[in-house]
Formats: sequence, structure tokens, C-alpha cells
Amino acid sequence: MPTELQTGATGASRGSDIAVRMEGVDKHYDDFHALKKIDLEVRSGERIVICGPSGSGKSTLIRCINRLEEIQGGRILVYGRDLTAGSAAVEAIRREVGMVFQQFNLFPHMTVLENCTLAPRRVRSVSREEAEATARRYLERVRIPEQADKYPAQLSGGQQQRVAIARALCMNPKIMLFDEPTSALDPEMVQEVLDTMIDLAEGGMTMLCVTHEMGFARKVADRVVFMDEGEIVETAPPSEFFTRPQHKRTRKFLGQIGIQQQNIV
Amino acid sequence: MIRPFGFNEFLFILTAVQWTIALSAIAFCGGGLGGLGIALARTSSMKLLRLVTTGYIRLFQGTPLLMQLFLVYFGANIFGLPLNAWIAALLALSLHASAFLGEIWRGCIQAVAPGQNEAATALALNYRDRMRYVILPQAARIAVAPTVGFLVQLIKGTSLASIIGFMELTRSGQIINNATFEPFKVFGVVALIYFSLCWPLSLLARRLERHFARSTAR
Ligand SMILES: Nc1ncnc2c1ncn2[C@@H]1O[C@H](COP(=O)(O)OP(=O)(O)OP(=O)(O)O)[C@@H](O)[C@H]1O
Ligand SMILES: [Mg+2]
Repeated sequence: MPTELQTGATGASRGSDIAVRMEGVDKHYDDFHALKKIDLEVRSGERIVICGPSGSGKSTLIRCINRLEEIQGGRILVYGRDLTAGSAAVEAIRREVGMVFQQFNLFPHMTVLENCTLAPRRVRSVSREEAEATARRYLERVRIPEQADKYPAQLSGGQQQRVAIARALCMNPKIMLFDEPTSALDPEMVQEVLDTMIDLAEGGMTMLCVTHEMGFARKVADRVVFMDEGEIVETAPPSEFFTRPQHKRTRKFLGQIGIQQQNIV
Repeated sequence: MIRPFGFNEFLFILTAVQWTIALSAIAFCGGGLGGLGIALARTSSMKLLRLVTTGYIRLFQGTPLLMQLFLVYFGANIFGLPLNAWIAALLALSLHASAFLGEIWRGCIQAVAPGQNEAATALALNYRDRMRYVILPQAARIAVAPTVGFLVQLIKGTSLASIIGFMELTRSGQIINNATFEPFKVFGVVALIYFSLCWPLSLLARRLERHFARSTAR
């Protein structure tokens, strides 16, 4: 079963081994300095969890990677391609980078299947039959094949988020970005989405996940990135991050989310 | 010579309604095309486009329709291309409708949740596809009721074309009144005909509004 995900994600055959490289990235919202000289390198196949207090710049950081946000300084390379090199580069990079949002952002006027086939058909010029076959495969992968002809509003939150994941996967991305994918879900639906993400991670997908699900971080993350006030304060493998945090700010943050730490996957 | 207001006079007025309908329909289509362009320009990322179209909208919203008709009709004459009343009325009403529909539809486009555009962008869809498949279909649902509402305004607005001599419902009423001197009867009939055009549309607009309010609440 995991084969299609693996073929969509293994890094070796993909040229550059560095999936994402941020060099001195600066981001301002008017007067507000949202990202301060961010340096981050993500290898192909790596799973990164980004956490930090509200307003620390986590969403801003991952939204810069597919240029939903423009940056004012520094460079971002995705598989060696410079995002600041113009709109052709941006287009090319967006094809390779999937994104899942906190609020799902499914297209409400389209069925699940149409949600999943729109981009492959328009962007990759895949035939309808092929796009639908791929979509059904991924819907099965996220365990909702029977919902293909429903509209998003007819699904539960957890199902909608799994559709959103399938929709992104249908573009066959090399990198997946997640921005608090479980934060808008009722507690009983969190696990089904996390399971889907774990499955994806085990398939070898390069992932950058903003999440406070520390159980997920422990289980799948290669590195945990802790952000505060627009800076990366600390980066460490989960084993170190949770047991021996180096910085006071990290320890304070971990203390604050102590309850969530018991929420083990 | 004064004639009584009889069936023939009534028929004369009634047949003129076709010109009111034609003028409304064509101006609505012209205004629809222009309005779509203006709505897209108003929501575009290019500042100059936004600025120019904002000015256009302010201009047409801030002046009476009658002045717009006069300016097009007499203005064209000054610049040496005399327009007949038909063309002048069509042009002025289309420009007018472009501004109002543009502003209505801008609001509808902006009422679509920003996450929709972000998701479509993240899927690498280009601007055209984002608009065509994601944003406009959703904006259209919100737009139906206010658009029909504006159509009612436009139909009533066409009566002003009578002043530059265009032969439509109101003008035919004036002509009959000049012959019969029965203004209350004549303009009563004219008003009733406008009402029977506009009332069903108003009802439709309200029903559509309720329908879409329900379906978005779902
Ligand atoms: N469009 C915007 N305009 C102005 N300021 C913004 C904008 N988007 C974000 N910010 C500010 O930038 C900072 C970082 O925002 P960001 O959304 O990246 O934080 P976050 O770490 O994702 O927080 P949360 O956990 O609440 O999602 C915040 O202080 C926020 O107020
Ligand atoms: Mg955020």
C-alpha cells in the first residue's frame, strides 16, 4: 500500500538532496518583524515539527516556502531552485510543495473528487480519467474512498482534513507543509488525521509540520524546531528536545504545554 | 386636437415597453462585461489598476445617472461624433452599470474566504484558474441577489433616456399625454407597466437571497 506515497516522496532520485534551504530570511508585516534572519535546512525525506508560542512566526515561516508570503530579505531554495528568482520559479516550486491548512480550505462548491482532481488536471494537464483514478487511490489511502462524490460540508472535520491531505497529495508533491492541521478539529477527530500524517511520514515524505501535538513530534519528527518572536531558538531531535531543552524559552514553552505532552500518539 | 386615452393609446405605450426591455437587457450585458473587468481590477494585486477603477466607480456612483446620459449624449457631439439617442443611452447605461456591478461584484469576490485563494495558490493554480474554478463560482452565489436588485434599478433608470429623446416606455407616455392631456391615467399606466417588470424581479431577488443564505448556513 505505501508504495505510491514512497514513489512520490523518496529523495534520492530527486536531484538535490536539500529539500528546503532558508538563508537569512527576513519577513516584515509593515512595521512588524515577523521572521528574523531565519536559517533552516531540511533534507529530502526529513520530517520537521515546528512549535512555539502563538504569534512566534510558525505559520509565516512555512507560508514563505510556497510563497503565500513574500519575504523581504534572504533566500529560500526549494530543491535548489531560488524562490526569489521570479514567477516561473514560484510556479515550479508550488507544483512540488503541497500544503494543508488549519481550516481545511476545501472548495465547498466542488465534490471531494473534484477538489482532488482540479489541480492535477489544470496544472499538470492530467486527463480526467487518470486524475480521478489517482484521486480515488489517495482517498483510499486516507481511508475515505466512499466519500468521493460528497460535498465538503457533508463531511466531518476529520474527514475534511483528510480530503485536504489527499487533495495535496494528488499533485504528487515532494514536500508537504502542514499548518496546525488538527487545531480546528474536535478532539475525537484529531487522531484520524494524525494517523494519516504518520502514515505519510512513514512513506518517506518530506514534511514540515506546525503542530502542538507533541506525541506526533516524538513519534515521527527527525527534528523539532522551536520558534519564539520570529526566531528559531532551538533545533533538536525530539529525544533531546523534550528531555534536555537547551534554552530557557524552550523550557518555559514546554512547561506551558505540559498537559498536551501526555497526549501521546 | 385632444384625443381620449383609449385602447390604441394604451397599446402604443405597451409596445414601447420592448425598447425599455431591450435597453435594460443590452445595458445589463454591457455593464456585466465591464463590471466583471472592474471587479477583477479592483481586487487585483496591481495598485494602478485598483486606483483607476476605484476612481471610475467613485465617479459614476457620485453623479446622477441623468448627468451621465447628458455627458455621453452631448459630449459625443462636441467631440464630433454625433451619437443617436439609442447609442448614447446604451453607452451611458452600460458605463453606469459597469461601475455599479463592478462594485457589487468586488464585494462578492472579497467575501469569499481568503483561505480559498490560498489553497488554490498552494495547489499551483494560476490566477486565471483560481478565479475561474474557485473564486468566481463562489462569488457568483453571493452575487445573484444583489445583481438582480441592481437590474431593477437599471430598468427604472432607463426612463431617463426619454429625456435625450430615446423612445421607450416613459417617452411614449409623454407623447400620449401630450395628445390626451390625461397625465394621471397615462402615467398611471406607465408606472404600472414598470411595476409589473420590476416587482417579479424584486421578488426573485429576495427569494434567491433567502435561498443562498440558507445554503451557506448549512
Ligand atoms: N497578514 C498579517 N499582517 C500583519 N501581521 C501579521 C500578518 N500575519 C501574521 N502577522 C503577525 O506576525 C506574527 C507571526 O504570525 P504567525 O501567524 O506566523 O504566528 P504563529 O506562530 O503561526 O501563531 P499561531 O500559533 O497563533 O498560529 C504575529 O504576531 C502576527 O500578528
Ligand atoms: Mg499559525
